[in-house]
Order: sequence, then structure tokens, then C-alpha cells
Amino acid sequence: MFDVFTGPMLELFATSLWETLVMVGISGAIASLLGVPLGVYLHLTAAGGVLQNRPVNGVVGFAVNAVRSTPFIILLVAIIPFTRLLTGSSIGTAAAIVPLTIAAAPFMARLVETALREVDRGLVEAAQAMGASTRQIVWKVLLPEARPGIVAGITITLVSLTGYSAMAGAIGGGGLGDLGIRYGYQRFLPEVMLAVVVVLIVFVQVLQGAGDWLVKRLSHK
Amino acid sequence: MIRLENIYQTYPGPSGPVQALRGIDLHVPQGQVFGVIGRSGAGKSSLVRTINLLNRPTSGRVLVAGQDLTAMPDAELRQARQGIGMVFQHFNLLASRTVYDNVALPLELSGMDAAGIRARVMPLLDLVGLAALRDRYPAQISGGQKQRVGIARALANRPKVLLSDEATSALDPETTRAILALLQQVNREFGLTVVLITHQMQVIKQIAQQVAVIDAGRIVEQGAVLDVFTRPQHATTRSLLDEVTPQALPESVLARLRAQLNGRAAGEACVLRIAFAGDAVADQSLLSDLVRRFGVDLSVIHGQMDEIQGQPYGALALLLRGSPSSLGDAVAHLRNAGVSVQEVSDV
Repeated sequence: MFDVFTGPMLELFATSLWETLVMVGISGAIASLLGVPLGVYLHLTAAGGVLQNRPVNGVVGFAVNAVRSTPFIILLVAIIPFTRLLTGSSIGTAAAIVPLTIAAAPFMARLVETALREVDRGLVEAAQAMGASTRQIVWKVLLPEARPGIVAGITITLVSLTGYSAMAGAIGGGGLGDLGIRYGYQRFLPEVMLAVVVVLIVFVQVLQGAGDWLVKRLSHK
Repeated sequence: MIRLENIYQTYPGPSGPVQALRGIDLHVPQGQVFGVIGRSGAGKSSLVRTINLLNRPTSGRVLVAGQDLTAMPDAELRQARQGIGMVFQHFNLLASRTVYDNVALPLELSGMDAAGIRARVMPLLDLVGLAALRDRYPAQISGGQKQRVGIARALANRPKVLLSDEATSALDPETTRAILALLQQVNREFGLTVVLITHQMQVIKQIAQQVAVIDAGRIVEQGAVLDVFTRPQHATTRSLLDEVTPQALPESVLARLRAQLNGRAAGEACVLRIAFAGDAVADQSLLSDLVRRFGVDLSVIHGQMDEIQGQPYGALALLLRGSPSSLGDAVAHLRNAGVSVQEVSDV
């Protein structure tokens, strides 16, 4: 039964794992770079925030929710023109990173916003009493205090991205999910499907474990 | 040093606007420990937050060290706030920073370099007795130690004014005394003007020189602590004082008195409540004077004596027995000695 796992198939596994790593890693990194500031902005402009601004918060919040409520497979094809503009192609691993990033950034923003909301309002007040500017409040108080929560949010985002990346096969993005569909499903090799699932389980376990470890290390509560 | 002029503050509330402060005028002289006391919801927290404009009043002016904070642009206000330290009830320490780094925070915010910060933080940690715990995180130290960190942090920028918002309310009595002693020490050593907000008369008694009583957004009574303690004018003040000096005789004492007085001719006995400050009663044998000079029988039936800033003060209930004229003379003698005398009528 396992005679399909010959040299070429193992190589295929290695390539697919690498593609998944690239897709999850790069889109996760860019989504964090976009999502953290966006989450900070949402938090600052929310009611009771340092830069409280109801209309702006409402508009940004709506945009974030709109992207989050769009099913990923629809987002994937809907933004193909934009993807082509950025990467010069609408298919391949690089092309898959664009929709993955766009899906993950608002998700990340909400998780960051939640993490920031957990920071005691009294700390911001103390910083204000010391004469801190808004920029200083963000860099010296909010982000350091919310760091464990933000790292936990990044971990959740990466795990979700791993799931989304399986759909990227639909536009030739490659990766483990794509391998499972093409060989396991379309070529009737259930053992390949099973192996893909096992590798993904291990992948997510490692990711989650590393995230939890980091959160624990960063938290001094 | 601090002057609040005609401060009004209105918040939007669920059932219409809430008036937290209604026309506060306050002057805190340089170098004083100034207490503001009131029940919860009286507006005392709003009041102390007005001094550094954490609460911007709806109208009125706030002057600290001669500068009008209410008229300042943001950048200037932030600069001015560095000269006003603040200590909080729940400490408000950053959980992600060590003791050392918490004290260093205000200095980082004002742009000081690491060497300068070190030279400033270490003596402060020595002052508050936490040098050995410099690398601990707030979660690893006790409440009293956290407040010591809070005080060190508030002093880091060498402020002229220190605001304390219920700094001891979350602490046990012994730790409270130690923290108050520390505040008193920094007041004396650095000539710091301290404004402290509290709901405990005990706190006022231990360190304040002046006290203002706030009730429903207004200051209802204000004066030197000794005066306010011995001659409270407002009902709120009396009820707050009750916790340190009982303002009325307990029912059990009254019942016992009634039994004792039963059958005595009116005018041959009286119950007095005397309040005094200074050494008249303690040192000048005023009470034995009454017995010797007027021939009255005297018993102390209830009361308490204590000290405020080294000055004895107290409130005692006395039962006097004697002829009507000697009782009258005795009361007059007490009044002449500067003791406040009230006849207890409900016996």
C-alpha cells in the first residue's frame, strides 16, 4: 500500500511542504505587518480610545468585517486582477500569497484589537499622566503589554492560513493541500491524502506549540 | 502651587448629563500635604484628575506652578505633566516591565539616555527600599511593594507636585501606614507638594496638614486638619470623622447613663461632649481642675484621645454631677480653656 512513496513522490512532498511554508510564512508576515497597525488604529479610534473617532472607526471596522465575511475561495478569484497587477501572474505560489495576505490581515487586525483591549486602561492613563504622546503610548505601553496576546493572535492567524493555503491549489498555488487533492483525490491514492493530513497535523502542532511557548515566555502576569 | 478656579465638569451619563464637579475653587500651597476626602461618587477622583488634566473640566482654570494648564497646547501640556507625578489606587504598573524598567519609563518618555536613567533610578529604588527587587516583575511582588514602585516612578522626573489617587485604598492598614510614611518622607525631603485623595479619615489624620471635604461635586468644608477634626461644621465631615472619632454616643452608653441619672433632680447632673486640640486637656490638668475648683463629680464615660501631627486632640463624653451653679461654672471654665463643649440632651 505504501509503495507509492518512492523517491519522486517524497520529492513531491518536500516541494509541497516548502510551498506551504512559503505561502503561510510570507502571507503571515505581511498580514502581521498590515494587521498589527490596523488593529492598533482600530483600538485607538474606538470609543474611549486615545484617538476616539466614531466615524473613522466605523468605516475601518466595516471594511475589516467585509473582507472577513467574504468566503476565501470567492476572495481568491474575485481579486485575480489585483493579484495579476502585483505579481504579474494569476497562478502559482506567489499569486496565492496575495489573497492569503488580504484574507489574513483583517483577521489579524481584529485579534490585535482584542489583545489591546485587554491592556488595563489605567496603564494608558498612567502614561498620559507622565506626559506620553500617542506614539509613545502605543510603542511603550500598548504593544509591549499586549505582546503575549498579539503573539497568540499571530499563531492563530498562521494556523488559519495553513488551512486557507490548501485552497490556493485552485489557482495553481501548490502546497500540501493541493498535493492531497491532485494525487489523493483525483488519482485515487488515499494513502497520499492520509499522509498529507498527517504532515499538516504535525505542521500545525509545531506551529501552535511554538506559539504557546513564546506566549508563556513573554507573559509576566 | 496648585490653583483650581471655578471648575465645573459634566459627563454624559445614561440618564442625562452627570455633574461631577460643581464650582470647585481650591488652593494648595507649596510644600503642603493636602488631603481631599469624600465618599465614593463625591467627585474626588474627578477632582484629582483635573489637576493634571487627565480630566479636562467643562469650564474653569487649572494652574500648577503659575502655569495655566487649561490654556496649553498638547505638546506643552505633556511637558508640564512631567512635572506632576501621580500614584494610583491600583498601581498601574506595566506587567511587561521589571521594577527597574517601570521606574525608568517616565524617563524614557522624556528622552533620557540609559546612563542618565540608571543614575536616576537606582537612588529612587534605594529610597523606596526596593533596590534588591529591581529585576522582579510586578506580578512577583506584594501590593505594598507595587505602590512603592508606583511612588518611585512618580518621582522619577523630579516633579514639583505629587498626586495620589486613593494610593492606599487597596492596601492593608499596616502597609497603608508604611506607604503614608513614605509619602510624608518625600514631602519633607524634596519639598514636594502632595495632593492626596482618600475616603479614609485615617489617611488624612496621619499625614495631611490641610483637608478639603468634597460632597456631591462641591467642597463643603476646608481647613487645617486639627481644626476640622475638632470642630467639624458640615454633616458629611462629621459622618466621615465618625470612623476615627465617634461623633455621637453609642446607644448602649446612653442607656447606661439614663439608668444612672434616673431619679436625680434635673440640673444636678449633665452629660457633656467635649472636643479639644492642643495641650489644654492633656497637659494642663483641665479635668482635675473641674473637680478641685468647682467640687463636681466627674466621670469619663466615653471617648478617645489621639494625636495629629504631634498635637494631642480628642473627644470625650463626661458625666458631671454637682450643684446647678457649680455645673455652670465648670462648663464656663472648659469653654474659657478653648474646649468645644456640647451638652448631650438626649439622655
